[in-house]
Amino acid sequence: MSNIISDETIEYVGILAKLELSDEEKEQAKKDMGSMLDYIDQLNELDTTGIEPMSHVFPVQNVFREDIVTNGDESEKTLKNAPGEKDNMFMVPRTFD
Amino acid sequence: MEDILSLSAVELSAAIKEGKTTAVEAMQAVLSKIEEVEKEINAYVTIDKEGALKKAEEVQKKIEAGELSGPLAGVPVAIKDNMCTEGVLTTCSSKILNNFIPTFSAEAVINLEKAGVVMIGKTNMDEFAMGSTTETSAYGVTKNPRNTEHVPGGSSGGSAAAVAANECFFALGSDTGGSIRQPASYCGVVGLKPTYGTVSRYGLIAYGSSLDQIGPITKNVADCATVLEVITSYDKKDSTSIDRKDTDFTSALVDDVKGMRIGIPRDYFGEGLDEEVKNAVLAAAKEFEKKGAIVEEFDLSLVSYAIPTYYTIAAAEASSNLERFDGIKYGYRAADAEGLHNMYKKTRSEGFGPEVKRRIMLGSFVLSSGYYDAYYLKALRVKAMIRKAFDEAFEKYDIILGPVAPTTAPKLGQSLSDPIKMYLGDIYTISANLAGIPGISLPCGKDANGLPIGMQMLANSFEEKKLIQAAYTYEKGTV
Repeated sequence: MSNIISDETIEYVGILAKLELSDEEKEQAKKDMGSMLDYIDQLNELDTTGIEPMSHVFPVQNVFREDIVTNGDESEKTLKNAPGEKDNMFMVPRTFD
Repeated sequence: MEDILSLSAVELSAAIKEGKTTAVEAMQAVLSKIEEVEKEINAYVTIDKEGALKKAEEVQKKIEAGELSGPLAGVPVAIKDNMCTEGVLTTCSSKILNNFIPTFSAEAVINLEKAGVVMIGKTNMDEFAMGSTTETSAYGVTKNPRNTEHVPGGSSGGSAAAVAANECFFALGSDTGGSIRQPASYCGVVGLKPTYGTVSRYGLIAYGSSLDQIGPITKNVADCATVLEVITSYDKKDSTSIDRKDTDFTSALVDDVKGMRIGIPRDYFGEGLDEEVKNAVLAAAKEFEKKGAIVEEFDLSLVSYAIPTYYTIAAAEASSNLERFDGIKYGYRAADAEGLHNMYKKTRSEGFGPEVKRRIMLGSFVLSSGYYDAYYLKALRVKAMIRKAFDEAFEKYDIILGPVAPTTAPKLGQSLSDPIKMYLGDIYTISANLAGIPGISLPCGKDANGLPIGMQMLANSFEEKKLIQAAYTYEKGTV
């Protein structure tokens, strides 16, 4: 395997991904990510000089509309699936004392 | 009416309108079939028995009153569990959405409702559509109705299995890298991924937004064209929706391929392709030739680069799309987390399964500073090259014909241990998602074990009609 994923990298990616991995999961993730990156490195065989990155296959433009409210008050619907709700707001665990 | 389940969706709706049967009778027939086989097949995550029967009664009245007259009125449908359905549990086959009851429905689902189609329930899938076997579901595996020791394919495995087992008359699936076409192939039914932007993604829980498309999984080609025609719509709520004018797909149900130019990519028939699959697809090519099509081999190029390109882009988009599952707005929340940040991490770590975590981690990495150019932008550049290779191919050919997958359905429990090997199985399907072009999967025989073999036909963007016409012609010749 040419891509060796360090403990620091897995730690860092875990922070970006907001995932808390067990030690066992971390070891597995290091292996999996290393072999996936080895595999992805095949793309370096291709010369892509001067080729624009294609994020969308069709030449679509940004879609604009007038800033007019078309829906009504949907706060009840919006909150319906919230794990925690209080006074018409999402409730989250205490964030500071 | 006897043997109602053997009817296609279009035939059923016609029979209802002729008074030979009713929407309620059709729903009852489907529900008793479900009762009989579901314990073994497990195609559904949720079955809305009461809601389905009630809705079928309402639809029947409207058909009798002449208020509903479309070609699918009264037909029971199964919906993949990544499409939001108002009031009905929508899990994405993930623990993190184990209690999510949407307050709105996906646009494609609404289009079906308007046409008088009645939803039975929600079908099993790979968690967040990430997988090729439906084995990554948090709600158990689905078995292939053609042989229950085998997987139904994925990620729309529940939808394909439900159609194959007569647990519905047709189903909706979604396809990010082959997730409609491959399970349709493994289960011996018809599946179509439309041109990107054809069916609204509003209410489809996103995996790889630039690749995802909703499409039909059906018993035959006529149903496929009819369903596609009904679910296609321009939708302002989906910023990538395309306002198409040529959506009368059923007009392409014509038994004729004379003069049609069909290209067979040599690169699709090399190493790794099962001999029986190869022979079945080449035999299908001969059928087209007999019917007057011009069939020739050509080099598509870049085929092997589609997989690393796809997994880079899909993982990147997934890592971004799945950030919304944080235990605040909906879904599962970890019970005993202290502080906000811990709650996020604990919720996501407990809520997501291994394959989803693997892709979120990879996606976060390829988008991280220092690696973004080398991995993510590189993949987008190769994507442009792949699209160009297809543009060149479609200058010469109306249709590209090949296999859907290198093998028939693998046995249960054999795929997840080696992710890269599993990803390689997507080699023929994923480039269509990268290029945004439509593809159809159609049964073309069986292997020695009796498992279905599928052929795939690809056409240029907006040319679904060519696929439908060729598929219809092939089907006519074989039935």
